[in-house]
Amino acid sequence: MALSRIVVLAGGISHERDVSLRSGRRVADSLSAHGLAVELRDPDSGLLPWLRSERPDVVWPALHGASGEDGALRGLLEFIGIPFVGARAEAARLAWDKPTAKTIVARAGVATPRSITLPRDSFRELGADAVFATVAEELTGPLVVKPAQGGSAQGVTIVEQPEGLPRAIVDAYTYLETALVEQRISGTEIAVSIIDTGDGPVALPAVEIEPITGVYSFEERYNAGETNFYVPARLPEAVAARAADAALAAHRALGLRHVSRVDLIVDGAGTPWFLEANVMPGLTETSLLPQSLEAAGHDLGWVYARLAEAAVAEG
Amino acid sequence: MTTAAGTGNNLDPWYGHYAARTAGLAASEVRALFAVASRPEVVSLAGGMPYVSALPPELVEQAALRAAREHSAVALQYGAGQGLPRLREQILEVMSLEGIRASADDVVVTTGSQHALELLAKLFLDPGDVVLAEGPSYLTAITVFRSFQADVVHVTMDEEGIIPAVLVETIARLKTEGRRMKMLYLVPSFHNPMGVTLTWQRRMEVLEIARANGILVIEDNPYGLLYFDQPAPHAMRSVDADGIVYLGTFSKTLAPGLRVGWALAPHAIREKLILANEAAILSPSNFSQIVISEYLDTADWRGQVDTFRGVYRERRDAMLSALGEQLPQLSWTTPNGGFYVWLRLPDYLDSKAMLPRAVKELVAYTPGTAFYADGGGRSAIRLSYCYPQPDFIREGVRRLAAVINGEMSLLNEFSQTGPLGVVPDEHEDVLPPSVG
Repeated sequence: MALSRIVVLAGGISHERDVSLRSGRRVADSLSAHGLAVELRDPDSGLLPWLRSERPDVVWPALHGASGEDGALRGLLEFIGIPFVGARAEAARLAWDKPTAKTIVARAGVATPRSITLPRDSFRELGADAVFATVAEELTGPLVVKPAQGGSAQGVTIVEQPEGLPRAIVDAYTYLETALVEQRISGTEIAVSIIDTGDGPVALPAVEIEPITGVYSFEERYNAGETNFYVPARLPEAVAARAADAALAAHRALGLRHVSRVDLIVDGAGTPWFLEANVMPGLTETSLLPQSLEAAGHDLGWVYARLAEAAVAEG
Repeated sequence: MTTAAGTGNNLDPWYGHYAARTAGLAASEVRALFAVASRPEVVSLAGGMPYVSALPPELVEQAALRAAREHSAVALQYGAGQGLPRLREQILEVMSLEGIRASADDVVVTTGSQHALELLAKLFLDPGDVVLAEGPSYLTAITVFRSFQADVVHVTMDEEGIIPAVLVETIARLKTEGRRMKMLYLVPSFHNPMGVTLTWQRRMEVLEIARANGILVIEDNPYGLLYFDQPAPHAMRSVDADGIVYLGTFSKTLAPGLRVGWALAPHAIREKLILANEAAILSPSNFSQIVISEYLDTADWRGQVDTFRGVYRERRDAMLSALGEQLPQLSWTTPNGGFYVWLRLPDYLDSKAMLPRAVKELVAYTPGTAFYADGGGRSAIRLSYCYPQPDFIREGVRRLAAVINGEMSLLNEFSQTGPLGVVPDEHEDVLPPSVG
């Protein structure tokens, strides 16, 4: 299939703008190196009229965070009938909301850490003391507090002691009015990227993440050298296969397509626990999906082009 | 990038090769958020960009044309490490407006005064040396000092600048600890980030303290000519030629894109600065220097500085009145020049943690923590009024007020469970509560 015009969208006004710009440039470079005509655009007020008049073959939305991953922009692209790479709007909305995604993936038989979703209003209605006491009694041990939506580890706090919970929740509310408080499973942190170029979803080799400081925070994600990655993850073959199956089950249950990244923790017994799914995973130099693709022997430009073709074929 | 299982890859094969002094050079969440501030929907009160649109382009165009047409043999060539003599003479005239009398021989032209700071740090700082600086202090000066593995020790400020008594105490304490103090870095006029000005009396006291303790003063003066109501006191360099390296720049009075600043230094230091300048860049840009020389020769540059003053005064007024209307419960500084207002938040607010919410509400600022080497500044923010139009400033402050009020109400909701791990910050500036 000849693609004459691909538009890569990158930037936007989400907190992840900077990451998105880097992802977008990498995707555009990889596609160009593959011989395709690529335009890189920042989504702004001129985008929709421009897309409607120019009608490119396909849009590659390398947008992270709100509007790019929450289904908003995807919904508009569906509305104006322009093919795009990645999850459709409805699936993106489900995956974007972490509590919803956990529920759906759990129904598909994949373990996910016990958690509670706390909208800010619940504190107003039920009283902060009562809510905190309940959470502290029900969820013991280390906890992870994060905004119920979003990515790139922004607003995420690991809470070792119950007294750290209020501050962590306030920090999460800085990003969003709803926080997810999740039991922290100790084990091996991995990311399984899924690619589907038209022949069904395939799990790529898992990337194991070992932050040098112990926490895979924003700084560790985007400064090369701060984290050790193992591709494939240092897991027994059977456990790695279980993790791959869990990631594929999550991808299918959420109705994702073309590309996704499923973040999991594998506990000491070899059980993979679903944390979240990303409909447009990072594609920067330090991102996990490009590492998996290269580890599996794929050329990035070739894969990104196949994904674009799959999007056009599906309309 | 493919690795066999069991051998990790940190994605940077040279990670182990970096010099220890680069440890602080890392991408951060705050920097990433500033990427959003470049979008037109966002009112950025974060950056310190001069409003160069107030400079008629034809003035620079004519100067640049003459540089290219009439001086190309020099303008396009390598130059002297000290800078062009003609410009150094003209710099004396600029500095005379702030009471400085000097010789062009003692001026070294640099790539912005930022580069002069880098050269001074390279000349003077060994790992573990102490640089004394105002608390808060200019962000990128801190970065430079730390990149030479010096420790920046802050000295508290108030509305009249650095507090001499605290400086004396700090020096005494560091002496007892056996620390080696090399420099005292100051932005005495229209301070970045606090906007305040060191009084003449304190200038004299501080000089005396530095002299008595053998500490070199770095007087960084990018904003001195940009006063609003009355000029700042004369430069400290106007009364002491031996103990001060004075830094100046054309970035604020003309345009930062030309990247021309200078250092005025005692003879021996000047010699080393020239050598260090040559080692780093061979020579500052002849083209930029000639453009500036032509501009200073032919344009009404004093009138242009007046124009800039008017622009920034109007914006300062817009910001102060907006703060008064929107955040009457808080306190802030009242700058008489320069680019910045320093806004104090209640102790329990964390300006760095609040930034993502502000960006979401389409307003950006710089958290106070950026201006401290020791983690201070958490409950303060720097607001820049230099770049946005007055209407945008008012809208930005309105958005910011909504964010701050939202944070206060959020924390109040949670306060019934006790403090949220907030520890009062010992290092912060001391503004009286009634400043605003």
